[in-house]
Amino acid sequence: MMPVNKTLRKIRPLKVILFGTFAFLYIPIFALMAMSFNGSHSPFILKGFSFRWYSVLMHDSRVIHGLINTLIVATGSTILSSVLGTLLAVGLHRYTKSSFLNAFALAPAIVPDIVLGIGLLALYALLSVSLGLYSVLLAHVVFSMAFVTAVVKARLAHTDKYLREASMDLGATRTSTFLRITVPSLAPAILAGALLAFTLSLDEFVIAFFTNGPTTPTLPIVIYSMVRFGVTPEINALATLLMLVSFTAVIIAQRMTRPTEDE
Amino acid sequence: MTSPIRTRVSRDSEKRRDLLERMVLQGPGFLFITIFMATPITLVAIYSIFQRGRFGGIVYKATTENFTRALDPVYLGVLTDSLKIAGITTVLAIAIGYPTAYAIAKLPTKWRSIALVLVVMPFWTNFLIRTYSWIMLLNREGLLNHALMKFNIIHTPLDLLYTQSAVVVGLLYGYLPLMILPLYASIERLDPQLGEAAANLGATKARAFFSLTLPLTASGLIAGSIFVFIPSLGNFIVPELLGGGKTVMVGNLIRDQFLKARDWPFGSVLALSVIALVFIFFMLQNAVEKRFSSDASE
Amino acid sequence: MQSFLGTHGRKLTISSIAAGIVLLVSACSNSSTGASGALDPKADLTKQSLVVSNWAAYNPPDLAAKFEAAVGPKMTITNHATNEEIMAKLTSGADSGIDVAFVSGQYAQALAAQGLLEPIDAALIPNLKNLYPEASKLPYDMGNKYSVPYTWGTTGICYRKDLTGFDPTSWNDLLNPVAKLKGKTTMLATERWLMLPAQKLLGYSANTTDATEMDKVKAQLVATKKTLLAYDDTTFYTRLVSGEAAMVEAWDGWCNYGITDNKNIKFVIPKEGSDLWVDTMVILKTSKNKEAAHALINYILDPTVNSWVISNVLYKTPDKAAMDLTAAKLGETYPNMLMTPADLLKQENLLDLGSSGPMYTKIATEVTSSK
Repeated sequence: MMPVNKTLRKIRPLKVILFGTFAFLYIPIFALMAMSFNGSHSPFILKGFSFRWYSVLMHDSRVIHGLINTLIVATGSTILSSVLGTLLAVGLHRYTKSSFLNAFALAPAIVPDIVLGIGLLALYALLSVSLGLYSVLLAHVVFSMAFVTAVVKARLAHTDKYLREASMDLGATRTSTFLRITVPSLAPAILAGALLAFTLSLDEFVIAFFTNGPTTPTLPIVIYSMVRFGVTPEINALATLLMLVSFTAVIIAQRMTRPTEDE
Repeated sequence: MTSPIRTRVSRDSEKRRDLLERMVLQGPGFLFITIFMATPITLVAIYSIFQRGRFGGIVYKATTENFTRALDPVYLGVLTDSLKIAGITTVLAIAIGYPTAYAIAKLPTKWRSIALVLVVMPFWTNFLIRTYSWIMLLNREGLLNHALMKFNIIHTPLDLLYTQSAVVVGLLYGYLPLMILPLYASIERLDPQLGEAAANLGATKARAFFSLTLPLTASGLIAGSIFVFIPSLGNFIVPELLGGGKTVMVGNLIRDQFLKARDWPFGSVLALSVIALVFIFFMLQNAVEKRFSSDASE
Repeated sequence: MQSFLGTHGRKLTISSIAAGIVLLVSACSNSSTGASGALDPKADLTKQSLVVSNWAAYNPPDLAAKFEAAVGPKMTITNHATNEEIMAKLTSGADSGIDVAFVSGQYAQALAAQGLLEPIDAALIPNLKNLYPEASKLPYDMGNKYSVPYTWGTTGICYRKDLTGFDPTSWNDLLNPVAKLKGKTTMLATERWLMLPAQKLLGYSANTTDATEMDKVKAQLVATKKTLLAYDDTTFYTRLVSGEAAMVEAWDGWCNYGITDNKNIKFVIPKEGSDLWVDTMVILKTSKNKEAAHALINYILDPTVNSWVISNVLYKTPDKAAMDLTAAKLGETYPNMLMTPADLLKQENLLDLGSSGPMYTKIATEVTSSK
């Protein structure tokens, strides 16, 4: 009797909080999705239900091309920055007391994007490289990495040292300790960091604008340039499709993975 | 007991291996940051001591004028406003983000990753579109006003948009996941038995929270605060769209110098001062974090 | 600052090292650029390919395909959102990879002044003869040496007659609105057009660099800010359509988009006058496809092609031959399409402000951040 009541009392306010937060996050998204079925060309004029914008979207090669470019950049930069960021976080945690170096590792996250964008453009000019998707990708890695580093470092705090000593006392090498003990114990943080990196890269505009090649615009660049004529529901249609695809992917992944691997 | 010689040898080789490990772990990251951040920033910093050309561009004649110009009250005023707006946004993000992250961490394991993805999924749609959807909700002819008027709660539409509060809401909406994710990562590793132990020892919930939970999650809290505060400070799209261009933040200022005035030297000075300010914050934060973690482990 | 830079001698060393690095940047980027010699009128255009940067939706969607089919070169159109963005990219010293850019006249002027533009070879663009003669006598680029005009127009007041209840005639109607319109007006935020209404109302030039005049402009704009709904460069016409705003400062072509949705929307040039802006096509010196670039400009100036272009973008073009074909028809729905060059030339041409640019930016900040 007692424990059940206790759990309930513990759970209910948390549910209310979750519900509230998700309402805040999703009400604008639902408004945005509803607008994608608006027959008019402006989000501010209502004109009956229509799939018009979905068909426009399907035939808009610029948007589709931009989406592919964006997915390439986001995936590539997420993988690279997760690896580099995790290594760096562990390295900093184990060996570096200096506030300066710790701040330096996180500095890419604090530089205003426009300054980093223009600076990178100057650097690429100095190195005489021609711009393309890879120059955006590298630029995205540098700031994503700072986010991954910070999230992973936040989790490392105490247990790392003992786990590692225990493992090495049992005769494991440094490498296998790192791969078998450290990385799994950090998995939730690495996942959170990777999600952050992916999310940030997917929507990054300013740095991408300056560092991309003229024939490889990413989706945000395509969208930002479209607002010269106001936002059309075409982008809402795209957003709706992306949400549906990612939501389905999440559900499938959920069904397929066993709910136990977490530590 | 091992012999002194053997200890020294193994300590030396241990040291060498430590150094190697440190190089492997930190080397790639720092190399990357040096090439792709430090060098570009240095290039920009160099502009700050030169002059703007008549039609934009740089004239390579040294001057300190750019630095004295930055002290003009109009720029200091914008800086104060920005710090205020970014500060309020961060506090609100903690108020919403902390309980949310906590609630997610308390979910059954299989729901946690779903909840996490649900937190970031709205952000896989375009930032501009998301911001526009707030305009649709809040404007004078918008959904919220229509709903309130339909239910006779109000009779004339409210002016909810184009204010500093609208800017705060937009920034909060934009950056809340950046608070929730690091908080989740640090709350999730808390041992639930710690709380029970504290309760058994007679600690009140509040006491247990402030003396145990908070210090143990401080690093996530600080990381989240930085992630929300910094981009809020530098954002120039939300003040333009939801603030109706009537609120100016330091991000707008820097953007305007680089793009509108084509005054790269002065833009560099403004950017450098923001970077310096935030960098100092960062080093302070690091010192605080060290204090916190040493307190907690005692 | 003094201690930061050290003694005079040290200051020199630092700045010369810095200058060295930056010069190296520009040297490297210049070395990679194409040779700029005489153009070959018989060049095989099918072997060239073009990268063109324009504002989005500022050309018909299938322009590239039609140009490829008709003339030969492969063409990719990329987009910029504002003049400022494309300027930053073109002036950074890096090879942007862009052959032809669409920029407003005063920006073409600044690009030319920095030596970044290829002079226009009139021999390769026979269709230049289609332009109104007036269009090659504008002060931002006398004789179209570095740029060819694409569209032109002016800035005025775009309003919903059914909401205002009257026809505004003066910038004063916008800057000091009657009580019932307070909170229902917007102004453009791009700084030249932010200043323009106040400059004209006070009887100054839109290119004034006089500090006392600009102080008065600032005072007016600070007072106006309290009456504004918002500053808006991109969605002002949708605000008119939704009824959120009743009267907005607008470019003529953009007001036309509003008219498409609501026939109560009208456009007026206030009696104090306004500006004449020109959006131009320029060829970058770094382009390796200059013959194809000239061919594109020539193709656009073709009367049939250009009348198709303006029916799509709803802006006026200084291409007389094209206007003669379509303006009358478009004018039935969009009266401002009927404006003649003489009407436009009464307005003041915007010029690059040179060393006064930063003053405008500072005043714009003071206005928009005022409380």
